[in-house]
Amino acid sequence: MKRFDYVRPANVTEAVAAAARPGAVYLAAGTNLLDLMKGNISRPDRLVDFTHLEGLDAIERLADGSVRIGALVSNADLAHDADFARSYPAVAEALLSGASAQLRNVATVGGNLLQRTRCAYFYDTASRCNKREAGTGCDAREGENRTHAVFGWSESCIATNPSDFCVPLLALDAIVEIEGRNGRREIALEALHRLPGDTPERDTALEPGDLIVAVRLPPAARGFAGHARYLKVRERTSYAFAVVSAAAALRIDNGRIAEARLALGGVAAKPWRARAAEDVLKGVAPTADAFQEAAWRALTDAKPSGDNAFKIELARRIVVRALTLAAAGTPARLPALPASPFASTSGAIHA
Amino acid sequence: MPELNLTSAPAHLRHGSNVGQPLTRRDGVLKVTGQATYAADNHPPGMLFAVIAVAGIAHGRVTSLDVAAAKRHPGVVDVMTPDHKPQLAIDPEIKTNPFVFRMEVLQSNEVRYANQPIAVVIADTLEAATEGAVLLAPRYETLPALVGLDAGASFVPPVVGVGNPTENHRGDVEAGLASAEKQIDATYETPPQYHNAMEPHAIVAHWDGDNLQIDMPTQGLMLSLARVAELFGIAHDKIHIRSPFLGGGFGSKGLMAGPPVLGVMAAKLVGKPVKLVLRREQMYGPVGHRAPTRQRLRLGADGEGRLTALDHHARTVSSTFDDFYEPAADASHTLYAAPAIRTSHDAVRVNTGTPLFMRAPGEATGSIALESAIDEMAWACGMDPLAFRLKNYAEVEPVSGKPFSSKALRACYDQGAARIGWAKRPLQPRQMRDDAGLLVGWGMGTATFPALMFQAEARAAIRRDGSGVMEIGAHDMGQGAWTALAQIAADAVGLDIDRVTFKAGTSDLPDAGIAGGSAHTATAGAAIHSAGAAVIAKLADLATGDERSPLFGAGNAGVIARDGRLLRRDDESRGESYAEILARAGVAEVEARGTGAPNPAAMEEYAMHAHGAVFAEVKVDPELGQVRVSRMVGAFAAGRIVNPRMVQSQLFGGMIWGMSFALHEEAITDRRSGRIMNANLGEYHIPVNADVPPLDVITVEEHDPHVNALGIKGVGEIGITGSAGAVANAVWHATGVRVRKFPIRIEELLTQR
Amino acid sequence: MNHSISLTVNGARRDFVLDDPRVTLLDLLRERLHLTGTKKGCDRGQCGACTILVDGKRINSCLALAISHDGADILTIEGVARGDQLHPVQAAFIAHDGFQCGFCTPGQVMSAIGMMNEAQAGNDPERIRECMSGNLCRCGAYAGIVDAVLEAQGQMDETNQRRSA
Repeated sequence: MKRFDYVRPANVTEAVAAAARPGAVYLAAGTNLLDLMKGNISRPDRLVDFTHLEGLDAIERLADGSVRIGALVSNADLAHDADFARSYPAVAEALLSGASAQLRNVATVGGNLLQRTRCAYFYDTASRCNKREAGTGCDAREGENRTHAVFGWSESCIATNPSDFCVPLLALDAIVEIEGRNGRREIALEALHRLPGDTPERDTALEPGDLIVAVRLPPAARGFAGHARYLKVRERTSYAFAVVSAAAALRIDNGRIAEARLALGGVAAKPWRARAAEDVLKGVAPTADAFQEAAWRALTDAKPSGDNAFKIELARRIVVRALTLAAAGTPARLPALPASPFASTSGAIHA
Repeated sequence: MPELNLTSAPAHLRHGSNVGQPLTRRDGVLKVTGQATYAADNHPPGMLFAVIAVAGIAHGRVTSLDVAAAKRHPGVVDVMTPDHKPQLAIDPEIKTNPFVFRMEVLQSNEVRYANQPIAVVIADTLEAATEGAVLLAPRYETLPALVGLDAGASFVPPVVGVGNPTENHRGDVEAGLASAEKQIDATYETPPQYHNAMEPHAIVAHWDGDNLQIDMPTQGLMLSLARVAELFGIAHDKIHIRSPFLGGGFGSKGLMAGPPVLGVMAAKLVGKPVKLVLRREQMYGPVGHRAPTRQRLRLGADGEGRLTALDHHARTVSSTFDDFYEPAADASHTLYAAPAIRTSHDAVRVNTGTPLFMRAPGEATGSIALESAIDEMAWACGMDPLAFRLKNYAEVEPVSGKPFSSKALRACYDQGAARIGWAKRPLQPRQMRDDAGLLVGWGMGTATFPALMFQAEARAAIRRDGSGVMEIGAHDMGQGAWTALAQIAADAVGLDIDRVTFKAGTSDLPDAGIAGGSAHTATAGAAIHSAGAAVIAKLADLATGDERSPLFGAGNAGVIARDGRLLRRDDESRGESYAEILARAGVAEVEARGTGAPNPAAMEEYAMHAHGAVFAEVKVDPELGQVRVSRMVGAFAAGRIVNPRMVQSQLFGGMIWGMSFALHEEAITDRRSGRIMNANLGEYHIPVNADVPPLDVITVEEHDPHVNALGIKGVGEIGITGSAGAVANAVWHATGVRVRKFPIRIEELLTQR
Repeated sequence: MNHSISLTVNGARRDFVLDDPRVTLLDLLRERLHLTGTKKGCDRGQCGACTILVDGKRINSCLALAISHDGADILTIEGVARGDQLHPVQAAFIAHDGFQCGFCTPGQVMSAIGMMNEAQAGNDPERIRECMSGNLCRCGAYAGIVDAVLEAQGQMDETNQRRSA
C-alpha cells in the first residue's frame, strides 16, 4: 500500500476542500477502498476520513413521505431497520444478499454506491485496463469475460457494476445528495453512474471533492412495499457477486399493475433500469405472459461483449421470476437466504 | 516452545479403551481460544518482515527491478534479488531425490510462470516490506505463454503420480468395445484447482550462528529438514523445525517449496530473524496445485449391463521445467469389473508452477469422470445407477486380478442407499420437484482410495512415576493427530491417555514420514504401536526376570499391559504397576523405538483400498440454473476407526471438497497471458456455509488384518472421490442435462426450460 | 507523521503512537500487540479469518485502518473466555468438532458471537448458515459449526429465560 497522508476534517466543508486536491480520496468504512489499495489498483496520496462527522448516519423519515439515508449508515443497520425494511423490502433484501455480515456491518450506504467493478482485469495490475489506467487498453474484451456487461459497454470497457443495493434503489428512483465545492446539489441515482464510452476511468458523475452525504427515496417509493423483491443468481449460495440480478416492484390496484419498476444488476457499468419493460406492464394484469413480454422488452438492446450471451437469456428469466415473486407479494419476513432462488419463501415457482 | 497444554474437555471423557472412542480434540481449547500457535504467530526478538515480489508475466525474463526505489521507502532494510542473495550450497534445479521439486529461489532472471517469486523485500514493518515489493516495478522481456490443455505437442510422460506406470491394460479393450451392445464415448474436463488452505504458507526463520530455527507449517518435517540442510549445506542437527499446527495442508505443504526457502535466505542475508508470509494471490503459483485434465472414457456393456470394456485416457499438463502428472486415469483400476481395461495418459507443458499433490491427486479428477461415465452407461443400459454398479462389482481388483485385503463396499452401497431412500428414485431424469417447484435430482458415486503406508519411527518410554511418553514428529493439519495418535499411544503403552505425554510436531522427534496419502494415522500409528509394544516388552523383561516380582517367570508372552500395570496373562490377579517395576529395578525410565512401514508381502498378495458410496441430492432452479446441494450421504468402509468424531469430520470435509469440485472450484487462466484471473478467495469459489447441506456419514465396520497392524486404511482423501461424481450425477438426474465440463456452470443448465 | 490513538482491547485501554497510517487493525493486533489469535487468511475481506468485534459488531479487521478506529472497543478471541471458563460458543465448537485445522476458528467463534448479538438468525439452521457464510472453512467443518452455534444459542436463550423468569 502506498504511503498516504491521513486527515480528519472538522466538518463537511473542510472535507470537501481536502478531498478536492489531486490524489485525495474519501475514507468511510474502507471495505472497498482498502481492498483496492492493498491490490495497488488505487494508490491515493491522501485519505480524508470523514467517518466521525456528525449528521451523516441517520435514517430520517421526511414529512413528505420520503426517506433520507445518511451516507454513513451501515448496510446492516439500514437493512435491519424494521421500518425501512417494511417500507422498502427489496432494498433490504438486496443489501442482505451482498457481501458478508462482517462487511455489511461496516460498509456504508455512500460507499456501496461508489464500489468499483469486480472485473478481474481491473483488479489485475499486470493486465491492461482503461478503467484503472486510462488509455492502456482493455484485456477483458478478448479475455475471460463470461460475467461481463451485456448493456452499455464499449470497446474501451466491458466491466459491470457489482452493487446489489443500487439495483432496487434505481428502480425506486433514488436521489443522491452531494456536497461539493459549490455547495449542495442532488442528482438522480440513474445519473450517478456513467457508461464507459471512451472514458471508462470515470465511474460516476462526481467531481473532485464531491461527497455523497445522503440517499433519498421519494414518497412514491413506499407504494411498492407490498410487491417488491430482489433476486440474484450467484455461483455459490452466499457471499458471491451476482451473475445477474433483478429488482422488481409493482403497485397493484384491482388486479392490475398500476405501476411497475424494474432494474437489473450485473449487466452493465451501472445498475440498469428497464423502462421499456415497465411501460408494457402498466395497466395490465400480472400474468405470466405479461412478464414474458416485459422480459423481452427489457433485454431488447442487450448485446454480448464476449462469452456471456447466456447472461441475456438468464436476465430474461430473472426478470420473469422477479416479477412473478413481486406479484405474489412481499414475504412477511425476509427469507433466510435473501434474494436467493433457494429462499424458502420464494413460493411455488413452476406449475 | 512451551509445552502444549493439551486438554480433554471434561464433559467428553472417554470410557473404556482409547482407540475407537470419540474423544474431542485435545488441542481444542488451544484452537478456540486463539492460543494455538501457527507459524506466522511467532515473533522472535529483532524480527524483520519479508515480502515476496512475484512475476506479472508467465514466461520471459525480468530485465529490471527498481531496487533503489524500494530501498528509499522508510523501513526497508534490504532487497534480495538474483544479484544480491546468500549463495546456496547446491543448485536448486538439481533433483536430489524423487520428492524434490524444482523451485525458484532467485537463481536466475528467468520467469517460467505467473506469480513466480522474483525478489524479496525485507523491512522493519510489514507495511514497508509490502510497499517496497510494489516499488520494485519490474520490467520484463515477455515471451509467449503456453496455456491450456492444447498448449503444444503432447507427449507420454514416463510415469504419472508417484512412479505409477503411464499406461495399464488388461484384456482387449477394442474387442470388448466392438462386442458391446451399448457404448459410451464421452470426454470430461476438469479445471486447475488450488489448495487454498486457510493458512497462507508462512515461515519465521532465525539463524543463530550455524544453527537454524524454523517455524513453518509442513506436512513432512524431515523431508523439509533434509531439503533445507542440502540447500544451505548444514548438518541436520543444526536445524530445528517447529510445526505444531498447520492451518490446513491438503498437499500444498508436503514438500519444501521456494517461498519458505526464500525466508531462510532472507534471514541469512540480513542476519536477523525474518517472517515471510505469502499473500493469498501468491499462493496461486509457487506452492503447487491440481492440474487440469481432459479425460476420454469409452465404455462398452453387454445386453445385461455388464461392462465389456473400459478405456480411460487422461490428458493433463505439467510445468515447462519439472514433472508431475495427475494420474487421473488410474481411478479406473480398482472399481468396476470390466474384463478389458486400459488406462493411459499424455500431457503438454504449460507456463505454470509445477502441479503437485492436491487432496486425492488423480483419484479426485479421475473419479468425477469415471463416476459420470458409469452413470451415463447405466442410463444407456436403462438401469438404475446402483444396480449397474452392483452388476459390475469387482470381487477382485480388476486391473491386477489380486484379491482385496478387505472390501465392505456392498455394505456401503446398502447402508448409504437405505439412508437416502434410493429405492424411491425414478430412473428417468427431471422427474422430481420440491414444493417450491425446484428440480430435484439424486445421484451417486463410488468412492475409493488406496490404503497406503509410508515409513515412520516413534520413541516410547515408561517413566519412574508410571506415566508414559510417546514421541513422534507427526503433523496435525486438522485431521486430529494430536488426539488420534495419542489415543493409539495410550493403548500402545497400556495407560490412560492423560497419563501419556504425547510429543509431536517438531523435527527433533523421530521421523514420522509425511502426512499425506491418507496414510499418516496408519503409518505413524503403526510406529507408535510398535514402539509401545517394545517398551512394554522391556518393562516385562525387568519384571519377569526379577524374583521379587509377582510376575517373575511369567515370560514376555505371558504378560499383558493394562491401566499402568503388567498382569500375568494366565492369572490377572497377579501383577504390579509400572512404577513398582521401575522403582525396584532402580531405573528412571525404560525406552524403546518402533517403526511403521509398508508390508511388501501383503502388498504383493492383496489389493488394499478403502471404499465408499456417496449419494447426493441437489436442487436446481429450472429456469435460472442455479444449483444447491440439499443433502449428502456417504457410507465409507475404511478399516479401523481410531476416533469416530474426527473421522466423521474428515469425511464431511472430503464430501464438501467433492461438491466443490463438481460445482464451484476453478482457477480461471487468461488464455493469452497465462495469468490466473481469480487468484483470490472472492472469485475462486470454495463452498461457504450456506452451500453445505445437512451431511450424513456412515462408517461401515471393516476389519482388515493385512493393511497394517492396526487395520487402519485412512480417511483423509476418500471423501472427495465418489462425492464429486455423485453431485454431478444428481445434477443430471435433476435436469436431464449432462454436463461434462467441471465445475458445472449456470449457463450449461439454461439449455432447457 | 505520528498519530496517537487509544483503543480498548479485551477490556484494557491501550494507547499507541502509530508511526504509519497504513496499519490495519489486524496487523496492529498481530504484529504490534502480538495478539496473534486473530488470523490473516486473505487480507482482502474474503475469508473472515480476521473477524473481531468492534463496539460489539463483527467486522473484518483486515479492511479496517487502525487509525480510523480511535476510541474503539475491541474484542478478540483472546478476550472471549473468562480465565479457564470457555464462552458457550467456544465450548460448543469443541463438543461439535466445529473445526479441524483451527485456523479459521477464531474468526468463526467471533463471528458466531457477533451473529448472536445481531439476533437475526435465532435457532434457524438455514439463517445460521447464511449469516455465517462470511467465514470460510477449507477443512469443511460447516456442519459442526452450525451445530455448535445452535447449541450455544440454545444455552444463551435458556440463560436469558432464567434471568427474566
